[in-house]
Amino acid sequence: MNPQTILVYDGSFDGFLCCIFMTYDEKITTPIIRKEYESNNQLFTISEKVVTEKNKAHRVWKGFKLKTTYHEQQNFFKVFLSEIKGVENTLLNYTRIIFSRTTNTTTDFSTKDILTISQVAKMVGREKHRMEAFVRFQLTSDTIYTATIEPDFNVLPLIMPHFKDRYADQKWIIYDIKRGYGIYYNLKTVEIVDINFFSRKKSKIPSELLSHTEKEFQNLWNIYYSNVTIPSRKNNKLHKQHLPKRYWKYLTEKNNIV
Amino acid sequence: MPFDKIQKKLSILADAAKYDVSCSSSGGKRNNTKKGLGNNTGFGICHSYTEDGRCVSLLKILLTNHCIYDCAYCVTRKSNDIKRAAFKIQEVVDLTINFYRRNYIEGLFLSSGIFKNSDFTMERLIAVAKKLRLEENFNGYIHLKSIPGASNELMREAGLYADRLSVNIEIPTKSGLKLLAPDKKHEDFIKPMEKVKNEIIQYKKESKIIKNTPKYAPAGQSTQMIIGATGESDRDIMYSATYYYKKFNMRRVYYSGYIPVLEDNRLPALGTEVPILRENRLYQTDWLLRFYGFSVNEILNDSHKNLDLDIDPKLSWALRNLDLFPIDINRADKRMLARIPGIGMQSVSKILQARTFRKLDWTHLKAIGIALNRAQYFITCNSRNFHKSDLTPYQLKSKILKTSTSKYQKFFNQQLSLFS
Ligand code: SF4
Repeated sequence: MNPQTILVYDGSFDGFLCCIFMTYDEKITTPIIRKEYESNNQLFTISEKVVTEKNKAHRVWKGFKLKTTYHEQQNFFKVFLSEIKGVENTLLNYTRIIFSRTTNTTTDFSTKDILTISQVAKMVGREKHRMEAFVRFQLTSDTIYTATIEPDFNVLPLIMPHFKDRYADQKWIIYDIKRGYGIYYNLKTVEIVDINFFSRKKSKIPSELLSHTEKEFQNLWNIYYSNVTIPSRKNNKLHKQHLPKRYWKYLTEKNNIV
Repeated sequence: MPFDKIQKKLSILADAAKYDVSCSSSGGKRNNTKKGLGNNTGFGICHSYTEDGRCVSLLKILLTNHCIYDCAYCVTRKSNDIKRAAFKIQEVVDLTINFYRRNYIEGLFLSSGIFKNSDFTMERLIAVAKKLRLEENFNGYIHLKSIPGASNELMREAGLYADRLSVNIEIPTKSGLKLLAPDKKHEDFIKPMEKVKNEIIQYKKESKIIKNTPKYAPAGQSTQMIIGATGESDRDIMYSATYYYKKFNMRRVYYSGYIPVLEDNRLPALGTEVPILRENRLYQTDWLLRFYGFSVNEILNDSHKNLDLDIDPKLSWALRNLDLFPIDINRADKRMLARIPGIGMQSVSKILQARTFRKLDWTHLKAIGIALNRAQYFITCNSRNFHKSDLTPYQLKSKILKTSTSKYQKFFNQQLSLFS
């Protein structure tokens, strides 16, 4: 039996690019690429640990950029952030198509891998837009606008520029409860933060940490929200289609505290 | 902020503003250059949705619901016995800023009942926008209502701070307007529209030559028409809409199914169903005119005065023009591809791209995401298997209706039952 090679990497984007580097460097044809914290229950395999090296990652990305449009690069990154199990292998196949093609002018939507990539990218893109819409900041007593979220995909890297440009004159934190990290804007730069205080069980900001008028504004927002519905046009199905229930947990207007 | 007072005002003045259907917050590009608040990339965001499924993007309120007029179709009208309230200018500014900072909204949509006179009202709307821009350094979206009859000077100033301006024409025909809003003049609506149009043209000219020309209403102007209040036909409505698009370079015309709010023998009775399906067909038509290259008389004309409710306007047009079909997917130009039922503009560009690689057959078309249950009767592709069109329009229509379950079926049944 021909044992299969498993490439184990640290889960970062650079780490993944290094896996691609290795498949070319060592001519590994059909590897399985896996994050180190994902479980492995396959027999007859060779595991190889891939060390993340900035310059190797950089070389792969540079090569990829030469062959692709900005839109395709964005899609590639989005698909990676989907964290769907086995997505690394789809991306690897995709890179092979890209590296072997001669033109970079048009996309052939009838090739299966390319179609998958564009579909997953679309899903991740939708989640990015949803988070840009559904983040609800609460002002804390130390004047930081703070929000907690649980997105389907790892979209913090994608939404960061949007919030940085929009809220340039206020400090803010967006914390991903599911993945246990957040981004913090300190009026100058955005940094990655770990806040031990939050966990899956403690995902909301306790009221005693909020600024004294915060609840008043939440209350006003709820009043506004309940007054804009036109009862004779009520359409629950459409409502839930636009605003799926799994997002309600963090929406001020869906947690009526009045 | 006196929160309890604000609460009361907000519930009255949000409630009165909700009948304005426009919630667009797109098209007003303002970059956050000076580290201020807000960065408008030109793409609107829906931050929430109402229980009737409409987008909540802006804080949409009236400055006041006191009004000297008595328009029959309006809740705010003078003779209606309702609670009245008025915001102070600073209160609206504070609400907007505090909602925006919490990522509830994209900006403000401020309208108003007319108190004292048009200019007095317009001045106050402008004062809010001016404060937001100059004192709060706010780059979010601002939509101001142009008050009918407001002076040219004020309309000029309004556009310097607002992204969008709109006057709701409300009643699609002049005769309808006379009936329902006897003390309002058609010219009063037209005047601010005309001024805004001219200022926008002027701005576009100047900004080409002088780099720092102050922005003027970058998201353009829009208007709204109430549907089903005065017995007008779809043709009347869409010809009016086309007129406003062409004459005043409207960015959008909105269609709002009339919601009976008060008893008045000039209007449909209270409890009359809101014509949601009809409204939807009008939007589809609007879309076909703006993006699919249709002209209005192809869709609505003397022999076809109203849109079909059971099928969409493109399919309806195709059934009336079966001699133009079937169309060869691998050869047809963009304009014809866009006219095939079941094929949207996105699919059109995908077809154009994909067919440079190979001749497309049914599997390819399916993968691209075309609604074949409708399209199949109107196209040929790289396959010998295609539909031989020897059906009459009527047979074809019922065949298509059988295979597609419209999401509006429910409304359709409701509306039909009204006539039975
Ligand atoms: S002027 Fe405007 S607010 Fe006043 S009654 Fe007429 S439509 Fe309503």
